[in-house]
Parts: sequence; structure tokens; C-alpha cells
Amino acid sequence: MAAHSLSPSLYRLLFAVKYASLHSRCCAVHKKAQYSTIYNPSEKTFEKILIANRGEIACRVIKTCKKMGIKTVAVHSDVDSSAVHAKMADEAVCVGPAPTSKSYLNMDAIMDAIRTTGAQAVHPGYGFLSENKEFAKRLAAEGVTFIGPDTHAIQAMGDKIESKLIAKAAKVNTIPGFDGVVKTAEEAVKIAQDIGYPVMIKASAGGGGKGMRIAWNDEETREGFRFSSQEAASSFGDDRLLIEKYIDNPRHIEIQVLADKHGNALWLNERECSIQRRNQKVVEEAPSTFLDSVTRQAMGEQAVQLAKAVQYSSAGTVEFLVDSKKNFYFLEMNTRLQVEHPITECITGLDLVEQMIRVAKGYRLQHKQEDIPINGWAIESRVYAEDPYKSFGLPSIGRLSQYHEPLNLSNVRVDSGIQEGSDISIYYDPMISKLVTYGATRSEALARMEDALDNYVIRGVTHNIPLLREIITHPRFISGDISTNFLPEVYPDGFKGHQLEADTRRELLASAAALYITAQLRSQRFLGELRVSSSPVECNHWELCVELGEQRHVLEITKSGNVYTVEVDGGEVEVSGQWDLASPLLPLTINSTHKMLQCLSRDASGNIVLQYLGTSFQVRVLSKLAAELNSYMPEKVPEDTSSILRSPMPGTMVAVSVKPGDTVAEGQEICVIEAMKMQNSLTAVKQAKRRAATYPAGVPRRTQRTTAHVIRAPRFAGERNPRQAKTGEGGSLLYYMQFLGFRFQVDGFDNMVNLGCS
Amino acid sequence: MAAFSVARSSCGFLSGLRVSFRSLAQVKHGAVAASVPQTSLLRDSRWYSVSHLSVKERIDKKRKAALIGGGQKRIDAQHKRGKLTARERVELLLDPDSFVETDMFVEHRCSDFGMEQDRNKFPGDSVVTGRGRINGRLVYVFSQDFTVFGGSLSGAHAQKICKIMDQAMTVGAPVIGLNDSGGARIQEGVESLAGYADIFLRNVMASGVVPQISLIMGPCAGGAVYSPALTDFTFMVKDTSYLFITGPDVVKSVTNEDVTQEELGGAKTHTSVSGVAHHAFENDVEALLNLREIPPPFRECHDPSDRLVPSLDTIVPFESTKAYDMLDIIQAIVDEREFFEIMPNYAKNIVVGFARMNGRTVGIVGNQPKVASGCLDINSSVKGARFVRFCDAFNIPIITFVDVPGFLPGTAQEYGGIIRHGAKLLFAFAEATVPKITIITRKAYGGAYDVMSSKHLRGDVNYAWPSAEVAVMGAKGAVQIIFRGKDNQAEAEAEYVEKFANPFPAAVRGFVDDIIEPSTTRRKICRDLDVLASKKQVNPWKKHANIPL
Repeated sequence: MAAHSLSPSLYRLLFAVKYASLHSRCCAVHKKAQYSTIYNPSEKTFEKILIANRGEIACRVIKTCKKMGIKTVAVHSDVDSSAVHAKMADEAVCVGPAPTSKSYLNMDAIMDAIRTTGAQAVHPGYGFLSENKEFAKRLAAEGVTFIGPDTHAIQAMGDKIESKLIAKAAKVNTIPGFDGVVKTAEEAVKIAQDIGYPVMIKASAGGGGKGMRIAWNDEETREGFRFSSQEAASSFGDDRLLIEKYIDNPRHIEIQVLADKHGNALWLNERECSIQRRNQKVVEEAPSTFLDSVTRQAMGEQAVQLAKAVQYSSAGTVEFLVDSKKNFYFLEMNTRLQVEHPITECITGLDLVEQMIRVAKGYRLQHKQEDIPINGWAIESRVYAEDPYKSFGLPSIGRLSQYHEPLNLSNVRVDSGIQEGSDISIYYDPMISKLVTYGATRSEALARMEDALDNYVIRGVTHNIPLLREIITHPRFISGDISTNFLPEVYPDGFKGHQLEADTRRELLASAAALYITAQLRSQRFLGELRVSSSPVECNHWELCVELGEQRHVLEITKSGNVYTVEVDGGEVEVSGQWDLASPLLPLTINSTHKMLQCLSRDASGNIVLQYLGTSFQVRVLSKLAAELNSYMPEKVPEDTSSILRSPMPGTMVAVSVKPGDTVAEGQEICVIEAMKMQNSLTAVKQAKRRAATYPAGVPRRTQRTTAHVIRAPRFAGERNPRQAKTGEGGSLLYYMQFLGFRFQVDGFDNMVNLGCS
Repeated sequence: MAAFSVARSSCGFLSGLRVSFRSLAQVKHGAVAASVPQTSLLRDSRWYSVSHLSVKERIDKKRKAALIGGGQKRIDAQHKRGKLTARERVELLLDPDSFVETDMFVEHRCSDFGMEQDRNKFPGDSVVTGRGRINGRLVYVFSQDFTVFGGSLSGAHAQKICKIMDQAMTVGAPVIGLNDSGGARIQEGVESLAGYADIFLRNVMASGVVPQISLIMGPCAGGAVYSPALTDFTFMVKDTSYLFITGPDVVKSVTNEDVTQEELGGAKTHTSVSGVAHHAFENDVEALLNLREIPPPFRECHDPSDRLVPSLDTIVPFESTKAYDMLDIIQAIVDEREFFEIMPNYAKNIVVGFARMNGRTVGIVGNQPKVASGCLDINSSVKGARFVRFCDAFNIPIITFVDVPGFLPGTAQEYGGIIRHGAKLLFAFAEATVPKITIITRKAYGGAYDVMSSKHLRGDVNYAWPSAEVAVMGAKGAVQIIFRGKDNQAEAEAEYVEKFANPFPAAVRGFVDDIIEPSTTRRKICRDLDVLASKKQVNPWKKHANIPL
């Protein structure tokens, strides 16, 4: 019983341990936040707010609540129990297992959490239940305030068809040729033909690019209909679709509105969100380089008209498509706080979350339209855990083994809901953070964004910083010549990373060589006593052979102090720096210009991976002798993987397109994997025949949904027997699972229980 | 051979000229001799005996012959196989110009089967030996030369290796062996076997005195395999190195098994199935460059010793059945995330390897929850035990990360002798007198808790993370025994969890010194290592202990 009497004090210790790191984090964020930190304490709002969301937006709301002295309740799924938002809030309630439909979309559990914690209001963030009228209704029924617009506004604007009718009635410009709900693929084709191609097919209930496809012909319309309805069903539980004329080469510009319950409404200027991939925004800025004050005012006024027409209250966003002649068309209205709201906060100085809370309590707006300024310029980059080299971003997962936000720079705001050690899992959006920079001018904000991206340390997951940095330094982006087709136009063959010029190539080679020499010299600096004395070689001149891509370069390096002078390809590069080999950041002065590189990895064989200008480059540095001898080393032939079907990412298999006995041709779809709410079709690399299914009929749906890292279909391909596949190089096969006649190889954990089968 | 005889006669011709054109001839001679592997010494001996310079010249000739080993043709063949020559290997392994060769003039002494002929004599015979420096530190090296009689081991060859091993022991420097040998020199018969035994004896005598590392860079078969087996670490090169007692042909004739060299004794087999080799590298160059980086002692370090590691606070999952990667913990804690793992593909349920903490080399042992829940079985016990004993022998502190659900049950394990093999790990930890720091990250159940460098086995500092559970077994099993027949098992289980599934039972008894915040682990270990640097502990004198082999 000794254990029992002692435990309270030890528990306190454990508690302190759990929260110690958090407090410092919150303080740091407050200093950097760029929205109004002024708040009127005499204006009583709520005692306690529950945030029905996760990740960065939950953290964002909690910060404002803390500022306003409001207690916060976080909800979380079981895998999120140690997530930042759950730790930041005063209370945290688990609302179910990892899949969103069972936790963050689980209204019953969230209602229970509200009751048990006694929260007076709910902030829904974005996504999840933020535009769910049912949820708003249930809250109203229990007398809990929904921090957002009224139910009828959500309903009116949430339905894309109804919203257009209302917009038309409110004299807002709308896109021509839009129609009703679509039931079947054939109907979709007929409508599309009536409107004329191209058309856009999207989920009636959705937003954020999910369940949205563009079709240029009948075939694509059918395919788009199928994908969009499935995605719509899985993301929103509503498979209604609509089809409308697709405007080519448009800009996506949206107006932030803010309205109270007393009929007042303001427009808080625009946000330019044209840089998109697969209809999801990547880089946003406020204000837009494209709008003049006349257009801005016209758009703002129409947005306010629409808000007033639906008796809108709270913060909302009216999205417009703007064509090259500055004609603008109403797209949709988002009745929630947008992901990209920080840039509006930066240029207007308002705290939108604070305003939402005030409005929800029934206060009048504090500002008048003429009080809304455009102060400076703000840019937001969405930093995602995804591989930008695969169709501008395919989700990746993993554990953030190292993570440092560039908060040491001024005018940088990072909204994130993760920290070092967090897992980016398949269950949720792969967003790491929103990186916002601010400046008096656009070029100032852009320069700061460059610095911030270079200083951002993310290890353990693949991220899209290479793409972000290329976008913000691209001449077309700098000149403001952008449209929603920016990425496919600028990178028609897909994103390939930064292309080095002769001088930047020399700088990279010189930096790698200097880093190599530094590490070599450090290896000779022993401390402590050795039985046999050490005799380091005094040397300050080296000849190295550096390989980058296919090319080999011979470098001559001379060292004096911390400065390395490198002769490479007939040019001379001077590199100096602190040479801290433990730091992931590598601040260097190259030819008297400051550059921030990052060392991603370094091994004994001379392989160095450096992140330079956003892109990571693999370099091999060898001494002249080693390079010479290395030429004798045979090239190892990589394993033939053409008979293996590999999933590009872990996910859930939602459909198998091939029946037993079918022969698939090269490029034919075999199955569909869903990960992070995106459906991806896996295709055959070569012709193969599917063998008979061996699973018993009537396998429950539950067991059919399996999380798998790598899918191998050796029986599909025929040539390869499972035993060979098992021992093949590179595949650490641990478990085979018999599934729908496929064999699944699950990489990583070999304890079945760890797979998170759902 | 025609080329040889031409070369030889030209030598004689030039030697004749030398009397009158001394300086010129020397240059010329050198240029020619560089491409001549052997010279006819007997025929020219009269020349050399009358001239003072002739000795010098003979020395030069011999040196040049030694440098070229078995001749350009064989060197080319070696390169074609993707292998480097013995000298190239030594040059790449050691610091530039630091190699000091010994016994370059040694030749084999066999006179049977025509071996006494000059064309069968190679200065230095089939091995290159000497000393040199790696990053300034002294090492002794031998590198077998496959171009000379297939690197086969003659009496002279063995004698050369023994000489440097003796020297290494007297000065206390590591011995690195680069093995590339066809086996015993059959022409020499028992002399070759005697040579092996001489080396084995020295391997054993040097064991625990100086570190011995073998890098297998070609075939190594028959009795020869026992020299690497006796050294501390055996590394291999993928696709070009083989280790086996008998080759595929003998296997076929004896057991009628069809097996390839690669399957029988390739790098993959030995690093993942047999556990004979500790690591495999892609090719010769990579192997040698990596060998240079195998942690020597205390080095300058840029990684702050008081660095906090916040990611560790969330690494252990809430569900105790869920796995995580122990390597994530290790890499986050050690200097610069650099961890040289020993046997990464064998008995993966235990992780062992070297790293640095604040510049100091440490040995790290950790259960790997990702594989078989991190349980201890025969292979993992043996792997761990050998590593712990190496660290203890060379005064390398041991840091142990514990998340062990127990020993693996089952007939396969019991019949295989898990009791005897598990005892090895227990023995090794108990016997070790180096600084021992233990961190219980989660489970420490049953006998395995005792084994994993517990306080009871003279652990110097034992920490528990808040997620630690030290108990005889998991809640479910325990409840089934304690409350057998009781109706409310769930309640009983909850009670057990409340009582035992936390660090308190161990902490209140002083079996762990402290419950620490995971993020401070690095800071605490570094501080403890500073204090423990002066640790002195002596086991009772004995001839030697009797580890349960």
C-alpha cells in the first residue's frame, strides 16, 4: 500500500511533466501572432467553448479563447490523445476511434462531450461539422451556441444549387449554365453536353476541392461522376452532385465577410487563392495583385449583399472566379472560418475568431467598412506532408522526427497543430502547417517567405517545401501573372524540383565539399586520453571528386580558418560558416551572400543530402582515390518490380476493378485506394491475369478495409512465386494477408495489431 | 610467359649497360621493372654480388614486384569481379601516406610441386601487412591478396599476420583484417594448417585486449572462417564475399542439397539468418569508408549535451499493445542522430549498436517493440550478450532501453535452449563493470526485466519513463492467475493495472532511481556518463568466468 500513499505527489510530477512543454509553446506563439491581441475584458462572452475540430485550426481557436479568458474543451480521437490541440485545451474529451466518421464527425459523442463539460458554445473550425446544419440544429436544441452562422444560412449556402439561386436573386454575378442535382452517369453526360465542355462536376455538399472533377469529354464525365460521387459520399455523407460550366484560365479570388446578428455586414478585402493543385489551394495572398479598388469594391459589395440576403452572421467567405477581363462570377459561399483566414488577419489586424465569438454572443460589429484597412501584404503557404514530385502532391505519412518552425524570423506566423514527434497519419488531412509571412510590400513578404521556407526544418515525412519555394520564386508568380492553371502550365511534365544553374550548381558542390571536409577534420579531433597517441594529419588542401546527378566534378579545396575556397568547373567559390555538424540547418556565407542550406543526411560513404533553394539534392563526395577506385565497383541491378503492384501511399482499398479470371492490359485500373480522402487508381504495369479469388464469400465489409503499406500481387502477375517475392531485396515482408484474392504485403510493423485495420 | 622472358632478357641487357650509364640506367630500369612481376634472381646473382648498388637495385626490384602482387592480369581480373586489390584496400582504409608496411620481402618456403621456382615466388607472398592510421589513430592491418595464389594461406602468410597481431597487442592498437582468400595453400600441407592455428591462437589471446575487426571481401572458406569468427566484429561485402565451412559442391556430395554460394554463405545469409556477420556493405569502397567511421573513443561533439528531445514525450503509444520504433528513441537521444547498428537484420527484436553521447562512444542495447513485441528469444539473447561483452571488454558504457514483454514462449524456444541462451544475456549484463544506464520506456515484465540491466545486476543508473510498467506479467495473464475463478475479471484487471501498470512499484522500492520526463533523457544520460567516467568496479579474481555457452 506504500505505492498508494505516495502516488499523489508522483502523479503531480507526472502531470507537470506532461504540460511543462506546452506552456512555453503557447507563449512563443502569442508573441508571433499577427492579429489583434487587444480584447475588451468587460465584454463578457462565454465561460467555456468546445472546439469540435483538430489540428492547427483547433489550436488557432484555443489561442484566441485563451486571450479572451475563455476556458476551452478539445475533442480528440484516440490516436490524437497526445495531439497538440488536446494538450493545449483546458479539458480534452475522447470522442471515438481514429476514423473521422467515428470521432470528429460523431455528433452523438460530441454532444455528450458538450454536456459533460458544460461548454456553452461550440466552435466548429473548418471541415468536419463546420457546415453541417444538422449539427447546428442539435446544438440549438440543447441551448448551446454554435459559433458560426444560423442554420438557415448554412443550409442556404451549403447547398450549391440553392446558393446560386439566392445569389442570382441578390444580384450577384453567377456562372452561366448551371443545372440541378445529377443522379446517374448518363444524366451527367447529357447535362454536360447541353452546357458544353469543359464542365466541372462536384459534390453538392462539399468544398475544399474534394469530390470535384473537371471533364473535357463524355468519357471523363462518366469517370468524374463516379469518383466525385464516391468521394462526396465518403467525405460528406451526401452523394449529390452538380455540373456547371468550367471557366478556363480563371483566378480564384474570395472576399472575407463578417456580419453580426443585427443586420450589419462588412467585407474584409480579398484573398487571392489561384495557386491550386487538384482544386486545393497551395499558396494564398492578400491582397490580390490583380484587383483594382473598383473591382474590389464591387466584389465586396456583392459579397455583403449576399450575406445580408441570407441574414448571415459570423465570418464567412464568398468565393469568386475572376476572368482575365476582371469579370467575376459567384462560385460559392463558405459559411465557416477559412483555412487561409490568417492572411486577412495580417492585413486587417482583426482577430476573426474573436469576432466570431463576439458575434455568436450577439454583440454588434465594432468596425465600420471604412475602418477596414489593407496594411501591407501577407502570403500563406500551406505546408503539407506530401510528395510534390507526384502530381504536385501525393500524401505521405510518417513521424516528424525533427521539426522546427521558423519562428525566430520576424513577421512570420506559423499556424500548426503538430510538434516534433507528432504522427502524420492516414486518417486526417496531411497539412503540417500554414506558413504566413507579412511585409509592408509584396516583395518584402515574398523575401521573408523564402527565408522562412529555407529555415523550416521538417524531417521524417516528405513535404512540399520544394514546390512552395519554386512557386514563390517563379517569375510568373512574382509578376502576379497567375491563374488556377498555374501549376500545370508552369510544370507541364510535372514538378521536377529546382533546376540548378551553373553558378548555383557550383555553390551546391562547394558547400557539400566543405561540409565533407569539416566532418573529416572533426573525426580527427579526439578528446580524452588514448593509450596510443593520435597523430592527426595536418592538411589544408584537398582534391575531391563530387558526383551530383549524372555528372562528376573535380574540386580543389583550400581551407583557411572557417573559410573554404573551392575551385570547381573553372570557377572559384568561397564558403564559410559556423559548421555546426549537429544542427539540421546549415547557415553559410557563399561568395559573401548569406544562404540557408539544410543537411538532411550525411553518411560514411560520402553521401550527403543537402536542401538548397528548397529542393533536396543528393551529392556524393569522395576523395580522389576513393572516386578512382569506386569506378571499379559494379552497378547493382535494382530488383524487377514490374510484377508487383505497389500502393503509392498507405490507404484503404475501396474497390477492386478486376474480376477473377480477367486479363488486365498495361495501364488498366486494378483497384482503388483511398487515403486522406483522395481516391487513387492503381494500374497494371504490364499485362497480367487475375487468378481465381480464394476468399470466402460474404466477408464482412469490416475485414475488407485494410490498411496496407505495400500491396504485392504476385499471384496476379503469375511469374513470381510468393517465396521469391518474400525474399526479394527491398521488401521486408512480414505478413501476407489473403484479401479478395490478392496477397497484401504489409511493410513496417509485423505485429498485426499495429496495423490499425479499420 | 613469352612476355616474361622478353622482359627478363631486357633486364639483363639493361643491367649490363648500367656499369657505364649509371644514372640513366637506373631511371630506365625502374620504368621497365615496374611492369615485371618477377625477375630471374639466380641467373643475375653474380652481377649483384659484385656491385654495391646491385643490392639497392634488388631491393627496388623486389619492392616493385611486391607492389604489383600477382601481376596486372590478375589485378584486372580482380577489378572485373568488382573487387579492389589488397593494396588498394589498405590505401583506402588508412589515412593518406600513413601505411607502414612490414614483411614486404617475405616469401613462401614451399619447395614441393614446383613452388620453389622463381615464377612462383612473390615478394610479400599473398598478404599485405603493416600499420597505419585511421583519422590519426593507430591500427594494424592485414589484407589478403587474391592475386597471389588466390590469397591462399601459406606458412609465411600466417607468420606475417601473427607478427602484426603480436605488435598490436604489445602497443594496444586494434587489428583490422581484410579477408580475401581461397583457403589453405594446399602445396604447403600441414604448414598451412599450422599457420591457421597460429592465427587462431593470437585471435583468442588478443580477444578483449585489442579490438579485432574482420572485413570479408572475397571468399573465406574452410578452417579460415574461424579467424573472423573469433574476432569481435565480422563485416561482409554484398555479392562478392562468402563465408562457409564447406562450399556448395561438398554440400551437394554430402547432403545432396542444391545450394548456391550466395545462399550458403553470402552476406545476406550471414547477416540475416545465421548471425555470423554483423553488417554487410554494398561494395568494397563503401565497406572500407564505413570501417573508418566505426566509433573510436571520445571525440569532439557539436550536439549540446543538455538538448531536450520533446518528441520523446509522445513516442510511447497509449495502448500498451501498440508498437513503436525503438530506433526513433535511440536516434533522437544520441549525438547527431548517428547510430551504427550492429546486426540490423538479425534477431531484430533487439537493437544493438554504437553511438556517441556528448562525444563519448557508448554501446546501446534496446528491445525493439516493432518486432515480435520486443521479446527476448534465443537469437536476440545471444546477439545482445555478445555485444554487451564487447562493450565491457573495451570499457564502453552501456545504455539499455527496456520495453520487454518477457521471453518468447514455445517448444521451438525451449527445445532450442532458451534457458541456456537467455542466461548468456543475463550473465553478460551481470558481469559487466562498465557504466550501465538503463531506461525503462514501457514494459519490463518478468525475468526479462531482471535480465535487461536491472538495478539488481549492478545497474548504475536506472530510470523509468512515466509510461513504464514493471511487473511479473501483463495484466490479463496476472489476473487469470491471481483471481482464478473470480467472476469479475475486468474489475480485477483494472485493479492490477492501477497497482502495477505504472512505474511506482519499482520506484518506491528504489529499483529505479527516478521517474523522468522522456524529453530530458539525453540530458540526464550525458550528465550521468560524466559522473560515471571514473567508475571503478572489479569482479572477484578468477581464472575466467564460466558463461553458459
